[in-house]
Amino acid sequence: MENISEKYVWEVPVRVTHWVNFFAILTLAATGLFIGSPRNLAHETSQYVMGWVRFVHFVAGYAFAISVISRIYWMFRGNRYASWREFFPFLTAEGRRNMFAIFKYYTFLTRKVPHPVGHNALAGIAYMVVFFFYLVMIFTGFALYAEYAPRTVMHVATGWLFIFFSNQGLRLTHHLVMWFLLAFAIHHVYSAWLMDIKEKGRVMSSIFSGYKVVKRG
Amino acid sequence: MGKKNDEEKGRSVEQYLDLPRILEERGVSRRDFMKFCTAMSAALALPVTFIPKIAQALDEVKRPTLVWLEFQDCAGNTESLLRAANPTVAEIVLDVLSVDYHETIMAAAGHQAEGALAQVVKEQKGKYIAVVEGSIPMKDGGIYCCVAGRSAVDTAREVCGSALATVAVGTCAAYGGIPAAAPNPTGAVGVKDAVPSATVINLPGCPLNADNLTATIVHFLVFGKLPATDSLGRPLFAYGKRIHDNCERRPHFDAGQYVEQWGDAAHRKGHCLYKMGCKGPETWHNCPVQRWNEKTSWPVGAGHGCAGCSEPRFWDTMTPLYRRLPHVPGFGIESTADKIGAGLAVATAVAFGAHGVISAFRHKDDSADAKED
Repeated sequence: MENISEKYVWEVPVRVTHWVNFFAILTLAATGLFIGSPRNLAHETSQYVMGWVRFVHFVAGYAFAISVISRIYWMFRGNRYASWREFFPFLTAEGRRNMFAIFKYYTFLTRKVPHPVGHNALAGIAYMVVFFFYLVMIFTGFALYAEYAPRTVMHVATGWLFIFFSNQGLRLTHHLVMWFLLAFAIHHVYSAWLMDIKEKGRVMSSIFSGYKVVKRG
Repeated sequence: MGKKNDEEKGRSVEQYLDLPRILEERGVSRRDFMKFCTAMSAALALPVTFIPKIAQALDEVKRPTLVWLEFQDCAGNTESLLRAANPTVAEIVLDVLSVDYHETIMAAAGHQAEGALAQVVKEQKGKYIAVVEGSIPMKDGGIYCCVAGRSAVDTAREVCGSALATVAVGTCAAYGGIPAAAPNPTGAVGVKDAVPSATVINLPGCPLNADNLTATIVHFLVFGKLPATDSLGRPLFAYGKRIHDNCERRPHFDAGQYVEQWGDAAHRKGHCLYKMGCKGPETWHNCPVQRWNEKTSWPVGAGHGCAGCSEPRFWDTMTPLYRRLPHVPGFGIESTADKIGAGLAVATAVAFGAHGVISAFRHKDDSADAKED
């Protein structure tokens, strides 16, 4: 195994935003499900169960929004593996070839395991969709949050959403996209695990360390 | 509203009314009048210094002419207006308006009635107030609602187009309301959509709260202009806050005390109706503050969740009324977003589980392949 080496792929902002997103999404999903369908946990009116759950949801929402915005900024400042180009592989001929290669592997049409250094091409597309849904969640979330304070900056800045959504439609979208993201998380962990085994590139530990094992040359 | 004295005939817009005399005749004391002015300044969210200004403006009021048009409606807003339990100052202030045309309450009928309307439009062009109740059908040339041989849209264009301002009362006139609910067979729309050139203020609600109409008219009489509105054309003093944020049951929401079933212990104790599908968190109206029937009660106060009736397309978007979320389009009526979402998550897990099993079995072949490479 002399022809392999360790390569620094995921920079600090990529890894930090990944884990902030991870914890934020778990927190947001748990508190969000409670807000959507609360349990009667309070025995007295002086308690503040829903108040605290909503507070945690809003703080996690801010953390998530800042993390996603930082990651989008890093798409333009970071290394080539953090770049926005990774998320749009279909724009280049090479990217389209990579997409086809990984598609054939995933659908059992070939046994040849692709060895991309950064994201594999299909994963890149998945993250493009996921980041779009992150933005949907952030905008719908803050639009709903801002309704408590009408005509503030946030309320005005999110007001245009009501051209596309009814108030209830906004809530329904916020719910459905959460479930989509949870389903994505299952796929994400599975794919990372699968490729960790098949690629032998230590992709699982790379999101902690930043280093992947790559073929030399 | 309907009573007219003989001496009021031949009135003009510029005619001054002796409001103190009228109030005295009706047995309303000056004290009651000042109480009314205070209530109005509170409704309009004005500082207390405006109370004498409101009183002065109403004392010196000029009578504006008002015509009330009814299109695709149930006359519920007229009912709301006329159902005051006692003669109130508000009623008298509305009486100050010269209602020259109102199909439900006017004595005249037929050509006489239509003549009165035509006269207002012709002689007081740009000076009168038009009130519209009910939606306006646009489909097939607007034939689905015709009054006196003319389509609603034709009448609205002429009357609202020539008015100083148009007040769209009720959700139907404001946004199309129930006649505009899917599939909207008549192509019903609100006044602003039917007559885009008109100056329209929307007072939605099913029905509107008459107090908000009174306050809007008082605002107009005091300041000579319509109150500030939101992006949906509703005055901010009445529609500037969500029901949820002014609700008397809000402490139960924040605490985490919810009604789970009609008539359960929490319902009897007056806990929050959030889980029963109350649309207070998505509805902008001053119901909790202004209330109904002489401020006796209001839907949530009476133990029923808000239906969101003052929002555009409420019949399509706020239903099901007893659930938090709308149905997911394309799925069965019993499917909720969360059931579908959980199904999606489970299906994903199963799919990738199956993929994992196949991948595991291909493992050895794969490494053999890799050696060949």
